[in-house]
Amino acid sequence: MSGPIVALKGVHKSYGDYHALRGIDLEIGAGEFFSLLGPSGCGKTTLLRTIAGFEDASEGRVLLDGRDMAGVPANRRPTNMVFQTYAVFPHLSVAENVGFGLRRSQMPKPERARAVEAMLEQVGLGGLGRRAAHALSGGQRQRVALARALILKPKVLLLDEPLSALDRKLREQMQHELRSLQRQVGITFILVTHDQEEALIMSDRIAVMFEGLIAQLATPEDIYNRPVDRRVAEFIGVMNLLRAEIRRNGSGIEAEIEGLGTVPIEARQVPGGLTGAATAGLRPETLTVLYEGQPDRGRVTHGNIEEETYYGDMTYYGVRLDGTDRPVTISMRNLPGRDILDPGTRTRVAWSPEALIFFP
Amino acid sequence: MGPPALYALLMLAVPLATIFAYTFWTQDGLTIDRTLTFSNYREAFNDPLYRQLMLRSVWIAGAVTLATVMTAFPIAYFVSFHVPQRRKALWIFLITIPFWTSYLIRVFLWKVILGYNGVLNTTLLGLGIIDEPLSFILYNANAVVITLAHAFAPFAILPIFVALEKIDRSLLEASRDLGETHLTTFLRVTLPLAMPGIVAAALIVFIPTIGDYVTPRLVGGPDGLMIANMIQTQYLRLNDAPMGATLAVLAMAIVAVISALVFLASRLTARIWA
Ligand SMILES: Nc1ncnc2c1ncn2[C@@H]1O[C@H](COP(=O)(O)OP(=O)(O)O)[C@@H](O)[C@H]1O
Ligand SMILES: [Mg+2]
Repeated sequence: MSGPIVALKGVHKSYGDYHALRGIDLEIGAGEFFSLLGPSGCGKTTLLRTIAGFEDASEGRVLLDGRDMAGVPANRRPTNMVFQTYAVFPHLSVAENVGFGLRRSQMPKPERARAVEAMLEQVGLGGLGRRAAHALSGGQRQRVALARALILKPKVLLLDEPLSALDRKLREQMQHELRSLQRQVGITFILVTHDQEEALIMSDRIAVMFEGLIAQLATPEDIYNRPVDRRVAEFIGVMNLLRAEIRRNGSGIEAEIEGLGTVPIEARQVPGGLTGAATAGLRPETLTVLYEGQPDRGRVTHGNIEEETYYGDMTYYGVRLDGTDRPVTISMRNLPGRDILDPGTRTRVAWSPEALIFFP
Repeated sequence: MGPPALYALLMLAVPLATIFAYTFWTQDGLTIDRTLTFSNYREAFNDPLYRQLMLRSVWIAGAVTLATVMTAFPIAYFVSFHVPQRRKALWIFLITIPFWTSYLIRVFLWKVILGYNGVLNTTLLGLGIIDEPLSFILYNANAVVITLAHAFAPFAILPIFVALEKIDRSLLEASRDLGETHLTTFLRVTLPLAMPGIVAAALIVFIPTIGDYVTPRLVGGPDGLMIANMIQTQYLRLNDAPMGATLAVLAMAIVAVISALVFLASRLTARIWA
């Protein structure tokens, strides 16, 4: 059993008075696709650069494959990086860019050329080796940056928002390509992103960061379904938040929730044995707008449709439940023959207590 | 034809054409003999004095260019890479201050510094570093090189600085990330990317230097005279405008050829380097 490929122990980083990282503890296993997710300015890039060796941790230790990296410069770490701006060398051709790091290896020239060609093939740039780097599109530059790093077979590949500069279609395509490429090469990928959807799609595990700290470290499913606090819940997808009161009653627990009434809940829904005033969270897809003539199912409450946003496959409704002052968001699949309801319509809303999550 | 084209024609093409025409004429006492002939060119190529002056001009201009670029590069590099962003403009501004004074005054100042009883010699004597004044620093080619290298310093610093500023700093980190040291990163990334600025600086210095005649006249002594001094002599002293024009055209041709060669060579080395 081998240890983690990346281990961070109490990593702090400050710039003067400003603390960009405030104690990061993290272990990443070999072959994992790991994402650092958080809003802009939360310290993701700083953390990545600390692993790469471009920043020194003010405190704490960085271990790569069990070796303490203190004093080891970037050029001697077993990591390679795909920069946010790609940093493709403009004075070199595509092949020269990809072969850049091989210059130091003992590999003989013809073998090097073959390795470069094979790598270009793998990232979908076959035959473009002689192209000047400055004549490439954004997507192609990104592939060059990727090939240039992967050809050195690093233990860890660091990617700093590699897809954020691409247009939506290309970004979605690259998300799948990156994921399958990672499975092929088996190298640990650490991806920095502020796009929660991207992190959910691509990662084995996600660390959600706020203000220099990891708020939650878990699988995409756990992050989505069991966010540890309101910040994580609101950052990942859409979460409806309602005022609630949690009470112990005999052997069970019950919650009184604005607009929904009082329901029994289970202990797993209440992290840390919370009681008293709390916030209840419900994802938009766990609520259902009932159409006229549809029978009641599960628990049902009433409200007014105030907004309607059409997304093609889905419609998002803003529904103000009776007895509340803000609308909740409800997502509904658009099926053939199902009308889009207009704002102002009075409606029933079905929901289920199992979908509730509570936060302090 | 618009006014700009007309202006260019009058100010540039007409004088150039006139000078060019003169090279095929000859001076006959006080009048110009307008029979077309190559005799001026023949004389210019065969007279060892002209050849020597031409070679020396190229040599001095080359030395000035080398000295200027070699000293300008570290300065530009320092300001671009080690001065905080918000102070860079101030630094560049300060660097140019000495060059607000007239060119002539600066040449005279170098005379004061480099002279037999000049600042440099008195200081070195006073410190006991030398026993008698150095004489190889004034009234020869060395003095011309020093004076011109100083005069053209800002013109070399600026294009190199601009080229360095344009280098995306993440390229340097990428090179480090791919295993290169600071030194090899400089050689493989910084230098090739700064090359356009270096070539521009070299040409900006070389082209006017080769035709300079004030500095050689004032600090060059007899061994430091350059081709422009001879052109001036032909026109004003010997009253031989055709010969002066011929030498001027030849100097221009040499500048053009060398500039083209430098430009092509820089292109070529950039490719080979990669
Ligand atoms: N070199 C630096 N000097 C001062 N502050 C910095 C420096 N680098 C980053 N910071 C600050 O650290 C915080 C985290 O930055 P960064 O890691 O780039 O965030 P992210 O990548 O999550 O958007 C930001 O507030 C940023 O302003
Ligand atoms: Mg960032």
